Amino acid sequence: MSQQTPLHAAHERAGASFTDFAGFDMPLRYDSDLVEHKAVRTTAGMFDLSHMAEIAIQGPDAAAFLDYALSNRLSALAHHQAKYSLLLTESGGVVDDLIVYRLGETEFLIVANAANRQPAVDALKDRVTGFDCVVTDASDHWALIAVQGPEAKTIVEKSGIDIPLALDELKYYRITPGTFHTGTVWIARTGYTGEDGYEIFVPSPGAQALWDELETTGADHGMILCGLACRDTLRLEAGMPLYGHELGLDIAPVQAGLGRVVVAEKERFVGKEALAPGSEGKRVLVGLVAEGKRAPRAGYAVLNGAGDVIGEVTSGALSPTLGYPIAMAFVDPEYAAATSSLTVDVRGSHLGVTVHELPFYQRKKASS
Amino acid sequence: MSVPNNLLYTKDHEWISLEGDVATVGITQYAADALGDVVFVALPTLGDTVSVGTIVGEVESTKSVGEIFAPVAGEVIEANDSVVDAPDTVNSDPYGAGWLIKVRFTTAPEGMDAAAYQALIGD
Repeated sequence: MSQQTPLHAAHERAGASFTDFAGFDMPLRYDSDLVEHKAVRTTAGMFDLSHMAEIAIQGPDAAAFLDYALSNRLSALAHHQAKYSLLLTESGGVVDDLIVYRLGETEFLIVANAANRQPAVDALKDRVTGFDCVVTDASDHWALIAVQGPEAKTIVEKSGIDIPLALDELKYYRITPGTFHTGTVWIARTGYTGEDGYEIFVPSPGAQALWDELETTGADHGMILCGLACRDTLRLEAGMPLYGHELGLDIAPVQAGLGRVVVAEKERFVGKEALAPGSEGKRVLVGLVAEGKRAPRAGYAVLNGAGDVIGEVTSGALSPTLGYPIAMAFVDPEYAAATSSLTVDVRGSHLGVTVHELPFYQRKKASS
Repeated sequence: MSVPNNLLYTKDHEWISLEGDVATVGITQYAADALGDVVFVALPTLGDTVSVGTIVGEVESTKSVGEIFAPVAGEVIEANDSVVDAPDTVNSDPYGAGWLIKVRFTTAPEGMDAAAYQALIGD
């Protein structure tokens, strides 16, 4: 029996097609993947992300603990600032990729992938020994609603959320508190679509009212409800990794192009020992583009000119925005240069592909 | 979910329409909905001889790939080029303009009737 988010009834009413994702019965699409994808790029789309895990870290040592437990320096975060981070194993593999929000001097909120809720909670609780702070799995407490796209700011501004800070002042990767009805909500300028937008944390009992409010307000600005299918093509265009595809226990961060997320100079953190030289020669993540309409898919082999397998596709789709096939793949390092001409075995036929710098799509930045 | 009464169905979610010794084949609305927006269709070459179960084409959405299996043995006498040019026709009109191939057969195909197919998809 799959779990349901607090917004499940709203999705049913809206006619969603559902899929099991990390044990949750989640909207895959409401109507059309392509229409939903385009709405996020041109107006706005709203996603239920309540399946994702929220983990609260509270106590005097919270910042020091996160510097030890995670890959980068979270103690350097200003209040209400966010950072993308990695939870590593002792051997340098990735347990999960996370966003860490600093809510206050001694209070942080971590968002982890739904599928990694238990491993992430377990690892953090295991590592907290000796630190004066508490790790709490707050996933059931919080619902999470994302409004993404060029119209997102207007929609969140016009909704009934009382936000003391002017949204113009809420910079990228920042979070600010607000009030909806009588409950405290947190509005973060983060996302996983390559578009500007917000992720709003709302206590589960109030999620339905906020969803309805945003849907009504958003409808006047071209916003539609969006499922996980378009979330995947949006993040792929934006070159963002997906755990289980571009990230995993047996993939070093540097292979996935995430070397910058690991602050090796830190005196002590889990995974540090494994970061010594050793990933040379290992496959690295690249973007691939092709002509035509057939997309390389996860698991397909990448071949060099001689027909030798030199890599494997991790994600791929016909890009709805660009109109041509795009993919991410791990390839042997000598083929990572943008001049490499390779092929992908698409169910027996060889599709010519070219290495392409990530991301494939970048929005025009109007403001910070 | 639309399951027209006048067609035969396969467990691979294809429909077959019979007219003389020619079978027209497409995918069902259930299959099209499950795929999502169809963005690419590959069809066989005219004159290909196919057996039951031969892979004769592919239907791709942004999310996944579906193979088309010949539900009847015979010769491919027509392929619907207009769905190759406009793959979304498979979603918008799966039983009409979204048909995929026509096969001339010697032995009439077996298939489920609409009621049996409806039971299969739990409709």
